[in-house]
Amino acid sequence: MAQGVILFPSTHFAVRAEKLISPRFSVKLIPVPRHLSSDCGVCLRIPWEQREEIQKILEGAGVKIEGSHLLSLTKK
Amino acid sequence: MEKELVYLDNAATSHPKPEGVIQAMVRFMEDVGANPGRSGHRLSIEASRVIYEAREKVAQLFNICDPSRVVFGQNATEAINLGLKGLLRPGDHVITSSLEHNSVMRPLRALEKEGREVTVIPCSPEGFIDPHDVPKSIKKNTKMVFLNHGSNVVGTLQPLPEVGKICQNHSLLFFVDAAQTAGAVPIDVGRQKIDLLAFTGHKALFGPQGTGGLIIGEKVDEKKIVPLKRGGTGSRSEFEEQPDFLPDLCESGTPNGVGLAGLNAGLDFVRKLGIEKIRNHEIQLTERLLKGLQGIPGVIVYGSKDARKQCATVSFNVQGMANSEISLRLDEQFGILSRPGLHCAPSAHRTIGTFPEGTVRLSMSYLNTEEEIDITLRAVSQLAREGA
Repeated sequence: MAQGVILFPSTHFAVRAEKLISPRFSVKLIPVPRHLSSDCGVCLRIPWEQREEIQKILEGAGVKIEGSHLLSLTKK
Repeated sequence: MEKELVYLDNAATSHPKPEGVIQAMVRFMEDVGANPGRSGHRLSIEASRVIYEAREKVAQLFNICDPSRVVFGQNATEAINLGLKGLLRPGDHVITSSLEHNSVMRPLRALEKEGREVTVIPCSPEGFIDPHDVPKSIKKNTKMVFLNHGSNVVGTLQPLPEVGKICQNHSLLFFVDAAQTAGAVPIDVGRQKIDLLAFTGHKALFGPQGTGGLIIGEKVDEKKIVPLKRGGTGSRSEFEEQPDFLPDLCESGTPNGVGLAGLNAGLDFVRKLGIEKIRNHEIQLTERLLKGLQGIPGVIVYGSKDARKQCATVSFNVQGMANSEISLRLDEQFGILSRPGLHCAPSAHRTIGTFPEGTVRLSMSYLNTEEEIDITLRAVSQLAREGA
């Protein structure tokens, strides 16, 4: 299953997103992949095909999102 | 064997703390311990979660939707400094009351020297502001009204909804100091039209010292806030400029993680009981104390003398005795811990007519009992009889 990440402006929003999303989706807070940002914080790893549904919930709750990215499966 | 102490200095800091607060802090130190928001490992994330939980609970307690608008800091003083220095520009006018604490007066007096105008509305000798005095003080350049919710000297509760409405009608920011009331008296930021609310974590919210914060309402444009300090936030690390969003804008450097873990548990304690239950118990204690003190010959009680119009803080003097002497003897002879003097609020004492001597202050928390009030009343009665 393809996975992606949602990036947030800060950890506050990432933790808020985890709390809102984790009851319904299989998500995990992970360090921001270096190729996406040099930020030292965390982002939310999500099942990529559910990204629209997840983003809708976050936007509805006023969680600031910086972007979402598909995690490349070939990259090692 | 040492007799049990009666702690009546809760307006300075609440004591004892609920067991859950101590346990939460030990758990944070033993099992979490990491720096929140600075890394992606499990312990750092767990530390971030603890702080997020506390932030969300503060938001819920004061009825605001967006927890990112709760900015944590060291105490209410820091929050007040942030709100005043961060938003008032040279040429701006601010209105406040004569009942304010030095945590407000001192930054305001300093800002006055740097080109801001300050109007202090005198309160009644009982310690109440008359809301009608607010519009009379509004000028073209008025930007903010600052008001304490509950006095740290006489406990009087100010009419927040009335003043809030005036601020809304005149498009002024309404800044409230809830150091004495957050956790003990209901506060609804929306209904009371509050734009900025400074709170402390270590009084009626039962957290440890070194916790507090500022709630920044939706009407306040965060882009216009000048933070007190700038530094590492764990976010936007690639830039050397401070992030311009809340809460990171105003929270630089490693936060008081263990303290906020304690505050988080203190918020649970308050939520479980409910503010209404806490308030009712404190009204009962205050009523008992006020009534008892007024019945002791030679005792002068200050403030409203109406438990429903004040928080659980009572000021008194005994004729012919220095308040420092009363406080000392209450401690040494009876194990009752009070606070004498001016309580960092000289203007409030001028208002109630007790400057520069001050008063003896007795301040309760939810954890005090009627029995402790009775012990205190017997002690004050004995001291007043014995005289100086």
